[in-house]
Amino acid sequence: MIELRDVAYSYGGGELFSGLSLSLAPGSFHFLTGPSGAGKTTLLKLCYGDLVPTSGEVALWDETTTGMARDALALNRRRIGVVHQDCQFLDHLPLRDNVALPLTVAGRHHEAEAYLPDLLGWVGLTRHADRRPPELSGGERQRAALARAVIMSPEVIIADEPTGNIDWEMSQRLLALLVELNRMGKAVLIATHDMNLIRSAKAQVAVRTLRLKDRQLLAAGAEL
Amino acid sequence: MKRALWTALSFLAGDVQADRSVPPTGFTARLTLLTAAAMALLTVFALSLSLATGRLAARWSDDLAQTSTLRISAPAEQMAAQTAAALDVLRTTPGIASARALTQEEEQALLTPWFGPDLPLGALPIPQLIEIVETGGGYDATGLRARMQAEVPGAVLDDHTRWRAPLVAAAGKLRGLGALAIVLIGASTAAMITLAAQSALSANAQVIRVLRLVGARDSYIARAFVRRFTLRALSGAAVGTLLGAVLVALLPGGAQASDSFLTGIGFSGADWLWLLLIPPLTAAVAFSATRGAARRMLERQS
Repeated sequence: MIELRDVAYSYGGGELFSGLSLSLAPGSFHFLTGPSGAGKTTLLKLCYGDLVPTSGEVALWDETTTGMARDALALNRRRIGVVHQDCQFLDHLPLRDNVALPLTVAGRHHEAEAYLPDLLGWVGLTRHADRRPPELSGGERQRAALARAVIMSPEVIIADEPTGNIDWEMSQRLLALLVELNRMGKAVLIATHDMNLIRSAKAQVAVRTLRLKDRQLLAAGAEL
Repeated sequence: MKRALWTALSFLAGDVQADRSVPPTGFTARLTLLTAAAMALLTVFALSLSLATGRLAARWSDDLAQTSTLRISAPAEQMAAQTAAALDVLRTTPGIASARALTQEEEQALLTPWFGPDLPLGALPIPQLIEIVETGGGYDATGLRARMQAEVPGAVLDDHTRWRAPLVAAAGKLRGLGALAIVLIGASTAAMITLAAQSALSANAQVIRVLRLVGARDSYIARAFVRRFTLRALSGAAVGTLLGAVLVALLPGGAQASDSFLTGIGFSGADWLWLLLIPPLTAAVAFSATRGAARRMLERQS
């Protein structure tokens, strides 16, 4: 589904990483770890076509993102659910409309009512459905971002520090949702510093943990 | 045609959810409304000017194109004989439908605006005027002048060409200026709305980014902005046109006044229907300008 082949990325004259290859196949579950500034967020952005590599190739469903038409990229993004580190909401819309936004832009807003109640209930935001994102806490925003990422039942779910602002109990609930989706054949890629989250996931599903360090992507040690 | 109409109606009906994706922007909304209203108001005035000059040119052309005047200046005792001789010549000239000498009352009426009603016409050496009405093909003015010179030495033929042509040309130029003003108003409207749209798109860069991240196509994003600006321009132009129409209707004289250019500015009869075109044309200008601005901005932001 998503393939990174010998990818390098540079900005500001410096090379962030190079020679990086990764394949997100259906049903795969990857964690991405590494020190701050190693390029985890950049790697995720390359995976959903928000950035194009300096060299090498990123392919979304066999179509390279370099030179991809914007409409084609938009259609591919509908197959990828993304939880951004800073959540990225439309602050003028209530939470329910933000969560339903992927359906709305795909012209399927009429389906929102079928999914929203369960989804908002699942992430514990039912009573906040009519509030606007700036009125929510960081944790609530992250839960809402996860709900938005999965509402289209995407083939790939990419999450950047999805449990950074939420308590252990909620992070376990979110992980359970991701594991459940993974068992349905969705590919999951999560960038995180939370080792407990990785261990907890490993107890439930086959997980591959990658570490981005010194400009290289490596398989993480057995301690994880 | 049916498809285009359906597309336009669908566009106007819009997608409520898509429209809500873009936050309301008060400043650009007010700017677009005000610009569209002001430009529509100016268009009404330019249109009324253009139509008035068109009517004036047509009136001068139609009224004077088929007529000429023969002026006979002669001593009082020869006036009747020369007039009769001139009428004889005119009756036998091909291309002349009719010719008649103006009565003393008619000549008095012509001079009244300058000398007042108490002018003693009989005591003054006023020339005799003969009104000539041409047939459709007209007559040979050079040949007629030559005959008159030989048979009625005091006669001077004025076929109106000398002063009618520059008046008609001036009216035509005024009409062209009116049309140019309308084109310039349209271009200014497009420029103002483009600036407003660019400002709105820049202010909403983050919104555009979020929409793209969740899979929105450029056409979806552009449509939300384009529809909003088009509807604002349409409503602003409707208000401006209505206001302009009321102001023109309140002008003294109006289009029915035929004797003066200034009092003839206005609309008459079917002319009013032209005004119905202003709001949709303004909307079309806004649609085109915003779509162009949105495409360029989305290209840059990609």
